[in-house]
Amino acid sequence: MAVELTYQVKGGDFSHAGDASSQVKKVLKQLDIDPKKIKSIVIALYEAEVNVVAHALEGVIRVTVDEEKITMLLTDRGAGIPDIELAMREGYSTASKEVREMGFGAGMGLPNIKRNTDLLEITSEPGQGTTVKMVNFF
Amino acid sequence: MKISEVVRLTGATVVCGEEKTGHEVEKGFSSDLMSDVLTLDTENLLLITGLSNVQAIRTAEMADIQYILFTRNKKVTDEMVELAKENNMVLLETSFSLFKTSGILYHAGLKPVY
Ligand SMILES: Nc1ncnc2c1ncn2[C@@H]1O[C@H](COP(=O)(O)OP(=O)(O)O)[C@@H](O)[C@H]1O
Ligand SMILES: [Mg+2]
Repeated sequence: MAVELTYQVKGGDFSHAGDASSQVKKVLKQLDIDPKKIKSIVIALYEAEVNVVAHALEGVIRVTVDEEKITMLLTDRGAGIPDIELAMREGYSTASKEVREMGFGAGMGLPNIKRNTDLLEITSEPGQGTTVKMVNFF
Repeated sequence: MKISEVVRLTGATVVCGEEKTGHEVEKGFSSDLMSDVLTLDTENLLLITGLSNVQAIRTAEMADIQYILFTRNKKVTDEMVELAKENNMVLLETSFSLFKTSGILYHAGLKPVY
């Protein structure tokens, strides 16, 4: 049993931010994953999806679910993150006013992601884009 | 506290989920910051917010929050109602401010998360 899902994300498209996370949540429910695990997974994925919408030009989300884990890979094209350690700090944010009006942009997203995932790897090429890999075990 | 009691105390309108106004909420959380809402690990929670947009509904969906009270006449859009219905949520609207709404419900016994 391996389920593979792919979603396109458009930067700046706030009205659709969360569509992919919502779809993934539905799939995980169908697979009968523990609701507490589902909540952590989709919160992390949602924050990461919002980050692509808020901070990048466009991105792709690839999700693989197998017997023991879910792997979520978000690859985007955009400004990238020059200092990942700094970006991971609670409260650090470069978000625009528009992003804050959406209820985000307090610099809590990456710390939220860290808290809700078993494995988190962020790599970024400033000026090119960012890759966020998250893994949660069931 | 029953949702119907929340409605009565805040003079709220039930936008959707009328059939669930007999449900109970134990705690309330007031915030316009969705990342903050996403840190909560609380069941039977009433989210009280002045942020009326699709992201408020999406956030509630991810955080397994079923009840949202929008304050200060922030009008809920059709798109929000549609999303809320898909997720079996109850949406309420009050003309009271976030501060007044929170004060009334806290005084009436709705517990804080922290
Ligand atoms: N996909 C991304 N592309 C470019 N920058 C990003 C991305 N994700 C995060 N960042 C940077 O890291 C900062 C912190 O992110 P986060 O903790 O989610 O807070 P917020 O999104 O509220 O600003 C952002 O403000 C931004 O500068
Ligand atoms: Mg963020």
